Amino acid sequence: MTSVNRRRLEIAIPWIVIGTLLLTWQTVVVAFGIKPFVLPSPTVIFAAFVENRGPIMQHALFTLTSTMSGFSLGVAFGMTLGVIIGSSRLVYVGLYPVLIGFNSIPKVAIVPLLVLWLGIGQPTAIATAFLLSFFPIAVNVATGLATVEPELEDVLLSLGATKADLLFKVGLPRAMPYFFASLKVSITLAFIGAVIAETIASNDGIGYLMLQASSQFRIPLMFAGVFVIAFMGIVTYLIFAFIERRMTGWATRGRDIQVASGG
Amino acid sequence: MPEFVSLQDVSLRYDVSESTLALSGATMSIKRGQFAAVVGPSGCGKSSLMKLVTGLKRATGGTVSVAGKRVNGPLKIVGMAFQNPTLLPWRRLLSNLMLPLEIVQPHRGRLRTHRGEYIEKARDLLRTVGLEEFEDRYPWMLSGGMQQRANLCRSLIHEPELLMLDEPFGALDAFTREELWDVLQSIWMTRKFTTVLVTHDLREAAYLADVIFVMSARPGRVIATHQVDLPRPRNIETTFDPHFIDMVHKIRNEIAQVRSEGRAATARTLKAV
Repeated sequence: MTSVNRRRLEIAIPWIVIGTLLLTWQTVVVAFGIKPFVLPSPTVIFAAFVENRGPIMQHALFTLTSTMSGFSLGVAFGMTLGVIIGSSRLVYVGLYPVLIGFNSIPKVAIVPLLVLWLGIGQPTAIATAFLLSFFPIAVNVATGLATVEPELEDVLLSLGATKADLLFKVGLPRAMPYFFASLKVSITLAFIGAVIAETIASNDGIGYLMLQASSQFRIPLMFAGVFVIAFMGIVTYLIFAFIERRMTGWATRGRDIQVASGG
Repeated sequence: MPEFVSLQDVSLRYDVSESTLALSGATMSIKRGQFAAVVGPSGCGKSSLMKLVTGLKRATGGTVSVAGKRVNGPLKIVGMAFQNPTLLPWRRLLSNLMLPLEIVQPHRGRLRTHRGEYIEKARDLLRTVGLEEFEDRYPWMLSGGMQQRANLCRSLIHEPELLMLDEPFGALDAFTREELWDVLQSIWMTRKFTTVLVTHDLREAAYLADVIFVMSARPGRVIATHQVDLPRPRNIETTFDPHFIDMVHKIRNEIAQVRSEGRAATARTLKAV
């Protein structure tokens, strides 16, 4: 296979997989006569989406706003925390057990507490999205900072570099690939957080919509909600993957670039 | 010539709880503008020596002084290069070279206003090592030997008075290594900065250095000092000179001996335990 054909195949194959999956689904539902309230077929789900597109879009926008707000807070806090943990061994040792402990708590368990503090509605969704999303960012930034080559630190220290020099000239640029990689993980976690909070305590958002649909046995509408969340997740993921490639292309070492030879 | 780097009876213990010393009673002195090499069996504390002289580590005992001053903290007149080139992968070659200028005073303050002048300086340096065509490349596009040339340039861009090299050519193939010996020798001959080269390649030491210090196994101390009187510039033919071969041979034997003593000592300690 030529390299051009191979690249075309790489672009096409995700669509082929999705298409095949939906087609199989449709075939199975039709062939076995599965009732829509057990498992609706993709066409029925699409019909439900078109029929309810107004409210769905409205709720989707609400979820997106909560997610993005929580995620932005998560980025700011996670980055700061990562820098602090990554640049001081003492803080690292001191905070790590606390962070691990915090991360092991299922966030669903915290939502009722958040409701108590922030009430029912968007603030709780934002807070949940934030709580889920900051952790991978902090850990990744800290890892990036902690893996700076000791020789390089020696080189710079012997030039009279300050801690701030090390951080801005070497540490942070070096942590950027880790940071951007964590954004892709965090944005999907932020969606999960927002939707969890909406299903527990909200009158808006995709999570709330699905809960309502479930209580009224409108299963196709529930599936439409699931698809909308998945779609938003994929799109935001792609946006951050694109930014990552643009910002830190050096980390993937542009594989098609010719390596110069010679001593 | 006055003494530039001096170690008097220096010892170093990395950890208070650790009973073994990395260095013990190490004494050496290097004159200004001299090229010194430090050789010894592996684990003899050669790299500890680098950290002591540059002030990145404090001596547990004895005194280290550079340029007549006792070393109490990181020095600011040093250029360093290691076996790992540690170029920054997100910067192009020229910008990598400029890194020390963004840190060392007075260049740091002048860099913004005199940028053109500094870029010319960096280009000159790249030219001396034959990398002038590659200033716009990223480090990972270059071969190991080219990266090491660039590393050498980076350690010299701020015109340090003292250059510390820790096995800079250790990871290169034999031919590239010999090529870089020449590059380093010619830069050193024009600029005459004081150099300390830590290596376990004895031919490298004899090829480049004016004076060679041979260290014992851990705890490291200097057991022999050799003056290398071969004329410069030395070239590959020099390495076949009987005088050169004799010297390498002699140092080789000294190291073989300290290695066997070191092994015997380790065996004794193990038995005692």
